[in-house]
Amino acid sequence: MPTKLAEPTAQTAERLIDIDLTVNGKAEHFSIAPWVTLLDLLRERLDLTGTKKGCDHGQCGACTVLVDGKRVNSCLTLAVVRDGSEIQTIEGLSSGDTLHPMQQAFIDHDAFQCGYCTPGQICSAIGMLREGKADGRDAIRENMSGNLCRCGAYTNIADAIESVQGREDAR
Amino acid sequence: MATKLNDAPVGIGSSLSRVDGKLKVTGGARYAAEHPVADLLYGVVVSGAIAKGRVTKLHTEAAMAAPGVVEVVSHLNRPHIAWFDKAYQDQVAPPGSPFRAFYDAEIIYSGQPIALVVGRTFEDARHGASLVQVEYEIDEHETDFERSPEFKPKKTRDTFVEPKNRGDEAGAYAKAEHKVDVSYYLPTEHHNPMEMHATTVQWHGDGRITVYDKTQGSQNVQAYLVGVFGFAKKNVRVLNPYVGGGFGSGLRPQYQVYLATLAAKMLERSVRVVLTRQQMFSFTHRSECRHIIRLGANDDGALQSIYSKAVTPTSRFENYMEPIANWGGQAYRCDNATMDWALTAVDTYTPGDMRAPGAATGMTLFEMALDEMAYETGVDPLALRLTNYSDRDEMMDIPYTSKALREAYQEGAEAFGWSQREAAPRSMRDGSELVGWGMATGIWDAMFQKTTVRAKLSANGHLEVATAGSDIGTGTYTVMTQVAAGALGLPADQVSAVLGDSDLPPSPIEGGSWTAASTGAAVQIACDAVRVKLAKAAAKVDGNPLGGASVDDLRFEDGRMILAADPSKAVGYGEAMTAAGVSEIEATEAAAPGPLESIGEMLGVKKKAKNTHSAIYAEVKVDEELGVVRVTRIVCAVAAGRIVNPKTARSQILGGVVMGIGMALHEETLADHRIGRFMNHNFAEYHIPAHADVLDIDVIFVDEPDSEVSPLGIKGLGEIGIVGTAAAIGNAIFHATGKRVRSLPITIDKLLD
Ligand code: FES
Ligand code: FES
Repeated sequence: MPTKLAEPTAQTAERLIDIDLTVNGKAEHFSIAPWVTLLDLLRERLDLTGTKKGCDHGQCGACTVLVDGKRVNSCLTLAVVRDGSEIQTIEGLSSGDTLHPMQQAFIDHDAFQCGYCTPGQICSAIGMLREGKADGRDAIRENMSGNLCRCGAYTNIADAIESVQGREDAR
Repeated sequence: MATKLNDAPVGIGSSLSRVDGKLKVTGGARYAAEHPVADLLYGVVVSGAIAKGRVTKLHTEAAMAAPGVVEVVSHLNRPHIAWFDKAYQDQVAPPGSPFRAFYDAEIIYSGQPIALVVGRTFEDARHGASLVQVEYEIDEHETDFERSPEFKPKKTRDTFVEPKNRGDEAGAYAKAEHKVDVSYYLPTEHHNPMEMHATTVQWHGDGRITVYDKTQGSQNVQAYLVGVFGFAKKNVRVLNPYVGGGFGSGLRPQYQVYLATLAAKMLERSVRVVLTRQQMFSFTHRSECRHIIRLGANDDGALQSIYSKAVTPTSRFENYMEPIANWGGQAYRCDNATMDWALTAVDTYTPGDMRAPGAATGMTLFEMALDEMAYETGVDPLALRLTNYSDRDEMMDIPYTSKALREAYQEGAEAFGWSQREAAPRSMRDGSELVGWGMATGIWDAMFQKTTVRAKLSANGHLEVATAGSDIGTGTYTVMTQVAAGALGLPADQVSAVLGDSDLPPSPIEGGSWTAASTGAAVQIACDAVRVKLAKAAAKVDGNPLGGASVDDLRFEDGRMILAADPSKAVGYGEAMTAAGVSEIEATEAAAPGPLESIGEMLGVKKKAKNTHSAIYAEVKVDEELGVVRVTRIVCAVAAGRIVNPKTARSQILGGVVMGIGMALHEETLADHRIGRFMNHNFAEYHIPAHADVLDIDVIFVDEPDSEVSPLGIKGLGEIGIVGTAAAIGNAIFHATGKRVRSLPITIDKLLD
């Protein structure tokens, strides 16, 4: 189905700001209003709906993406302030049919049920490994506590992360 | 059972990884707000600020003048909608007059949607919504259920179980050597699935709409939209292939689907409405409950009397009730038992089913009172439960189809190390922390609902099984795949399960833990029908190598029919289909409770009780000075019949246990009764367990063969994990601290008080 994604309206055009982002390795240019969050930009303008909205207030972590390699709540991030950044979303983690080790670990350990918090959990877990904070079970739990899972997959998520935490390619 | 089934399907019992796993870890699974639709408009809901009264003036001029705003929809300009209550009553509506948004100016609860601002972008609509000003006329309200009079409505919900009393409770209680007379309280809870309720309505312009909705029942929503908006059924297709959790919030059609459809109809455009997290607190919730429990027992812990009365609120427009008071009276042997219930009406939205409705409240609170009796009599809590153990449903006075709770108690106790427990409160320590061990029993219904599945085998060996039901994270796709693969001897990757589409064969809403048993059985029966057709087709193969053998003489393995008596004789599925001149074999079959059973249940003469059971053991560590509680260990031993997939089954229990931790320590929606409004409507203030709150959880499934409960012996697991868990934790906290907190959640302030 051909999809026309939301365009800015004529009236808002004068308030638009030009930004450039690299999203999952691809250069993208936007003219957007300054109040558009990175989360809404990804979901509504780029159709990258793998990044989820669970609260829009920085309270759940479902919207976690990697911005210049660091985990960030994209709902609390205005897209315009990230001009020039490199964004990695859940869609950009796997290459072709090959899953990122963290993604595979989540499947192997049944680290989700409904799957809604999952992209955020995975991005957050990768971000945590990069921060060098995944030192043992307690540290994993503590440093993943910004990512809520109402399905209660926490122990399986911790198992999944533990199973790949030492791997270079899991970062 | 009505239907004869093939025994021992090979697919059941294997720990297949979730078949939708890859889509979910790559962001490929699309939820209600994520289906791309051309020329989409966005709707943002304006919520009312008063509990009762009416809108006297709606100032929409500023919003309408704002850039990108297309329309402000409200009671003032809405298109025609149905008038009779009947049109709004969905499959699971409680008796009453369902809420209808924008019907008129009346406001009947705080947070009620009063306008929908539709804009060309989400940001435009959100901005417009902030500009709508409302004037109200305010009526007096009451939201404190304990200040409203108790009543018992004449008409109850179909699923409600009226208590059946026995003996002389008051007399036995008066004579009992040991007495416990307590009042427990559970606060309002909100489901809060991680995916906020959302709907995308695609307006095709030819009278048809496609509706992507966050719901637990595509056909329930379809029927609702047909009734309310007058669409022809064939013109409404509702899809919910992926649902970001539900826990009951999506059982009934909620107002986001109503508003999105209303706006689409009015504007003749495609519309998406996503609620905010705050608005997730503005429709349905687990009702708070006052539970009065009075127990009498002998010195040895044998119960002499049980009194259990639950009072819960309902809204003023519907009478919602749950069987809360009955569970203790069903679970334990005791000659004298009185169970009672009442409602009070308040100015809120109607409460609704939330994970194990009734039992999660009633059994949990009862199990805490029972722990009090253990201390009153000086009998070990586990021993007390064994003393009062019953193999019968004591309330209905009927046997169970199976009840391996004794084994669950035992295996759970061993895994936990219960025998090492020091009985006295405050007797166990770990450094500066007090250690407590507590336990409780869980019980839930094992239900079975009529479900129809279509199985289609293609000549290339691919099998598709499809039904309108939903997978809300429960693993239905995986269960269907396994049962189908087992039935036709195919590898899992040659099977696809299709769900979440109202056009598919009928399925009930996804709830009550009946899906695995019901859908599983329907898949099996449909695949059995395919087997019969395949065997017939095989007879057309040149030389008829199988000699016209019937299904019973054949093994279905690796895509071939093999003659059991002479395995050298085999016919491939494709070969048989080519010989029969067909490109696919299709069968649509329903699994349903047998006719006798249905009639019996309708007349209220159930012959056997069907239940799942669990034994939960919890360890807590409590910082004595700060009152901080950590749940360091939980063992949940479950007796739930046949386990289809140990891996996903375990996750179901983990999820229930985690929500039980929330019930014990975190979850509580607080109302400000002066303004009649829930105050803590976000994740910063409504706490649910986070990673750091969840330590070690051990799940055990005990062996429980059951040929009667459902065709495949499956009982269902979605809810049992939460039942009793909070009680085990509360009891452990008492053991650690000597402090009995009778109002959940057990927060720091209550422990330091
Ligand atoms: S959506 Fe960003 S933290 Fe919840
Ligand atoms: S998997 Fe459902 S919220 Fe985490």
